[in-house]
Amino acid sequence: MEAKQNNLMVEVQNLKMYFPITRGLLRRHVADVKAVDDISFEIKKHETLGLVGESGCGKTTTGRCILRLYNPTSGNIFFAGHDISTIPERKVKPLRAQMGAIFQDPFGSLNPRQTAGSIVGDPLKVHNMATGSELEDRATELFRLVGLDPSMMDRVPHEFSGGQRQRIGVARALACSPSLVICDEPISALDVSIQAQIINLLEELQERLGLTYLFIAHDLAVVQHISDRVAVMYLGRIMELTTSEELYENPLHPYTRALLSAIPIPDPIAERTRMRIVLKGEVPSPVNPPPGCHFHPRCQLAIADCSAARPPLRDIGGGHFVACIRV
Amino acid sequence: MAAVLDVQNLKTYFHTEYGLVKAVDGVSFQINQGEIVGLVGESGCGKSVSILSVMQLIPTPPGEIVDGKVLFEGDNLLQYKANGPQIRAIRGSKITMIFQEPMTSLNPVLTICRQLTESLELHLDMDRQAARERAIELLKMVGVPDAASRVDDYPHQFSGGMRQRVMIAMALSCNPMIIFADEPTTAVDVTTQAQLLELMKDLVTRQNASLVIVTHNLGVVARYAQRIYVMYAGRIVESGLSEDIFGHPHHPYTIGLLNSVPRLGEKHGTRKLVPIDGLPPDLINMPPTCAFLPRCTYKVEKCQKEPWPALRAVGDQHYISCYVDIREK
Repeated sequence: MEAKQNNLMVEVQNLKMYFPITRGLLRRHVADVKAVDDISFEIKKHETLGLVGESGCGKTTTGRCILRLYNPTSGNIFFAGHDISTIPERKVKPLRAQMGAIFQDPFGSLNPRQTAGSIVGDPLKVHNMATGSELEDRATELFRLVGLDPSMMDRVPHEFSGGQRQRIGVARALACSPSLVICDEPISALDVSIQAQIINLLEELQERLGLTYLFIAHDLAVVQHISDRVAVMYLGRIMELTTSEELYENPLHPYTRALLSAIPIPDPIAERTRMRIVLKGEVPSPVNPPPGCHFHPRCQLAIADCSAARPPLRDIGGGHFVACIRV
Repeated sequence: MAAVLDVQNLKTYFHTEYGLVKAVDGVSFQINQGEIVGLVGESGCGKSVSILSVMQLIPTPPGEIVDGKVLFEGDNLLQYKANGPQIRAIRGSKITMIFQEPMTSLNPVLTICRQLTESLELHLDMDRQAARERAIELLKMVGVPDAASRVDDYPHQFSGGMRQRVMIAMALSCNPMIIFADEPTTAVDVTTQAQLLELMKDLVTRQNASLVIVTHNLGVVARYAQRIYVMYAGRIVESGLSEDIFGHPHHPYTIGLLNSVPRLGEKHGTRKLVPIDGLPPDLINMPPTCAFLPRCTYKVEKCQKEPWPALRAVGDQHYISCYVDIREK
């Protein structure tokens, strides 16, 4: 298969990522954790695609497959004219320079013994893009870019606050001037008053540098705020994908509706009149997902056909995709 | 409505090697019967320390409750020893707690049954068999499916949401008057969060108990709390009815918090978030002036000279600790 259009940054086709479960001395293969189960989507150039879902839905795995931190079980991921999922390891490295990654935990994702300046400069060294004074200049520039004082370059991570640490993470992600940045829960470990600072920073940087984001988060309000389009995942599959306005104004998938209604909004008067769909039960195990639509055991609209076959993600017009036979 | 719990001028300090941390510095709040109250603030603002002080669960040293009163049933609880019989009779029975992390607050080597029956045997003098039956009943009440067989499971056999249900069952087991829920839903997903909050509200209403939800999530308290206390740097900076706090916030910090969170349904790109500049203060070596001053956009000259303002009324049951009158925008 080939990549279709050139206004696309990433094209994911039928991506599957199964993690084997092994038992016993011989590590006999007994089952698979179907973390990502046949999903397809595109990320357009200069857009922010939000990937939202509850823990264990496969959103992080999807991001990691795009970074080729995992070797996908099957499927294709086209990025910059290459199929990331199949090219040999040694050819991945130059492609990774065009991709940045920001991680959730600003405490765990920075080496505590490395100075902030060298953390930010590391990607440049790895990709042989700068040395010596050039490296230092670029690190200084990156510090300014993310709103940190370059005089703090010689400090180690614990001397920074959570928000500042996440800024270091952002600077590192941008070191090689990537075109695509995978943001994996970049604000969920931060304090409420600091979260907005990082969201605004990401938005400003996108505007200035023309970045494309894959924004992975569980908080739909945040995802909706920052994203042009949003994909809702549940148990390894995409349930609905559309623009963020459409997702809020016209959510079609029963899971999206439940998810939207479950998110508390800081307005008591609106909260009292709002319909709340409280889902029954819990998310099933991705080792043994239910047949047909993964959501049907918890769905209010479910009929017999829902458990018969997997509903395709179909376009119901205007780029609004939904995987449900009942809408 | 009569206050079941009246906390007055509570001060809890921690002696650390870097200096004295005034984690809670003169906090007063009241909990009325059958009421759901929200205690909101960011990490390090002293919200958890406040309720741990009421429960007398502050590790001493380094912590120390230096001043204040906790009036419960006409008694000042702080006059008793933290591990004395008076406190032990109340803690876990009349005043209970739901902790944030159900993974670490349940004992991994004891069955759910054993952990649930402990307080029943201790506080209600039940025998093993009666306590076990009551434990199964409690699990059914909090919606654990197949309770009769799952009661003998260990915590690791439960999912995060189910574990938190066990914590709720435990908190409700002795028909408490007050339940403190410390970030009860922070560790779970949003749809599970909705399930748990609805469950807590129903059960608390049914027992006519009071619930205090301690959280950093403004949305969680907006739906359930009747009254809200907003904390910052060890003090209460604003308190009032939920509608007033969210509808007409008066304190610059509350206003800042509300402006800095994205709201569901806002058109993409229409509103830029307004973050609160700067960082939460270091609780060591706090200046005598208002702790929010360095981050405040409404500050006036008086703020720099005068000490931290005391709470003053700005409406019916609505108090703020601020010198500035901010007209609504």
